[in-house]
Amino acid sequence: MIEVRNLTKRYGDKQAVNDISFKVEKGEILGFLGPNGAGKSTTMNMLTGYISSTSGQILINGVDILEDPINAKSNIGYLPEIPPLYVDMTVDAYLGFMYDLKKCKLPRKAHLKEICDLCKITNVRGRLIRNLSKGYKQRVGLAQALINNPPVLILDEPTVGLDPNQIIEIRTLIKKLGKNHTVILSSHILPEIQAVCDRIIIINKGVVAADGTADDIASKITNEHKMTLRIEGSTHTAEDKKEIVAALKQLDGIKYVRADMEREKGVYDYDIESEEKVDIRRAINKLCRDKGWNILMLQLSDLTLEDIFLKITMGDIMPGAEKAEKPAKDKPKFDLNVKDGELVATEVAEETKEVLEENLPADRSFEDEDKNEGGEE
Amino acid sequence: MGAIYRREMGAFFTSGVAYVFLTVFTLLSGIFFFFGVITSGTTETSPLFSSMFIVVLFLIPILTMKLLSEEKKNRTDQGLLTAPIGLWSIVLGKYFAALTLYIIAESVIFIYSLILAYLGDVVWPSLLGNYFAMLFLGAAFIAVGLFISSLTENQMAAAVASMLALFVLYLFDSLASNVSIDFIRKIMLSFSFYSRYLEFTRGVFDLTAVVFFISVAFIFNFLTVRVLDKRRWG
Repeated sequence: MIEVRNLTKRYGDKQAVNDISFKVEKGEILGFLGPNGAGKSTTMNMLTGYISSTSGQILINGVDILEDPINAKSNIGYLPEIPPLYVDMTVDAYLGFMYDLKKCKLPRKAHLKEICDLCKITNVRGRLIRNLSKGYKQRVGLAQALINNPPVLILDEPTVGLDPNQIIEIRTLIKKLGKNHTVILSSHILPEIQAVCDRIIIINKGVVAADGTADDIASKITNEHKMTLRIEGSTHTAEDKKEIVAALKQLDGIKYVRADMEREKGVYDYDIESEEKVDIRRAINKLCRDKGWNILMLQLSDLTLEDIFLKITMGDIMPGAEKAEKPAKDKPKFDLNVKDGELVATEVAEETKEVLEENLPADRSFEDEDKNEGGEE
Repeated sequence: MGAIYRREMGAFFTSGVAYVFLTVFTLLSGIFFFFGVITSGTTETSPLFSSMFIVVLFLIPILTMKLLSEEKKNRTDQGLLTAPIGLWSIVLGKYFAALTLYIIAESVIFIYSLILAYLGDVVWPSLLGNYFAMLFLGAAFIAVGLFISSLTENQMAAAVASMLALFVLYLFDSLASNVSIDFIRKIMLSFSFYSRYLEFTRGVFDLTAVVFFISVAFIFNFLTVRVLDKRRWG
């Protein structure tokens, strides 16, 4: 349905997209994931023929977008990052205009009504676009993309500006559309991609960093065993912490141990990584029993899409080519949480984290503040 | 092309540009009609038309300033350029919308001619010749304005630059007369809009002038298409 071969875009010296190749089959929902400025929108603009590529080829339904743009474009419905809305028109007039512009042959009234119902904008059809809320504008933009029922839908951050209910609605809608359309959507909101897409392409610095299902990517990128432990020592002081860390490090198969924050009074969390295929849970349990400590929590941390995303985009680590990096000591550290479906980085006071292992891989301590934002623009 | 043409016509009226344009055009042409024709006690309309050159020069940029600059600024050009239509359809749709509004404004001349017909004998061939001269002049000017609008995101910049460009075209004759090199003067005069337009007000229907204005319109529309095409390669 869509085939991209060695797509490259240069702006002067800046390489915005570098040699991207991928294929999307009919009925597939593909997610484009990447930090801001990774080249997602540039790629989408090239796919839709808004800008041309420096080199490479794009085939939409077998038609080259540069050789036969009109034919290729008639197969695409595009919702750009900023919906192309004429704010001085009413929703109805605008959709009518797009209907004419796309030379749609479907029965006009019925088709527009169907789309308005689908996007839930029937109640605002008579209103000026200028006066609509951002969520409604976004939906009008989506409606516009659906006109003429194009086999390929390209949606650039379709849920930006919507409230949580609307986000769920739009995701459901996209999933529904994915049954009859080929959909490419971009986002930096990870749960969204995970919830909607069959396949994910992670783009970083203009290159494809990973391609496959979330599980595929996860299995390629890691086979580390990590867990978080919460152990209650005997004295409830910082002395406990040192003792516990020292004891844990003595266990067989442990790669590194790091004491984390004090979560409960006098009780600390420990991040532990073991060597491959060594199950150390029982050994830890035995250790704690012998010493008279209590395990209050043991959580295996499987890699989530967030971890994969961060690993790829932060550490410059390509699948299969991991390299350990030591975080600079003077840089602020961040604690990452997922809040409302978005990554939130909060600064963590330096002294609460003790780096106890020299060769700890760059994983959850981040070097660069500005790369850390997962928020919307 | 039809869809863009209809949208632009609608936008002229919803944005108020059409009302401003029609009002100012009617007002100024009315003034020139009254003082140039009525008070002189003739039915000779040439004074009106020769004055209208400068009115058209300053009014047309108001029509054309938003046509492409606003699209770029509001990113609505993404909708147009990713739709299954060619660049010529986009440019010509906008061009003909502006031209239509211009023709509507210009047709106020026929009201004046009715007034004249009531007062005396109208020289119809001369009047119609002038009418078409003004139409072709506008057709050329609109293409220039549309081209300049495609170069910027700022509609005020587009308007000012268009006025300046058209004003320079107007001054070409007087500039040329100050050029001592015969060869260059001839070239400059061959690009003169004003002297060509003036021929019509003298009652001469000059076919080469018509061809000239239409060629200018075509060339600038072509350049506009090139600008849109070039932007994709930027």
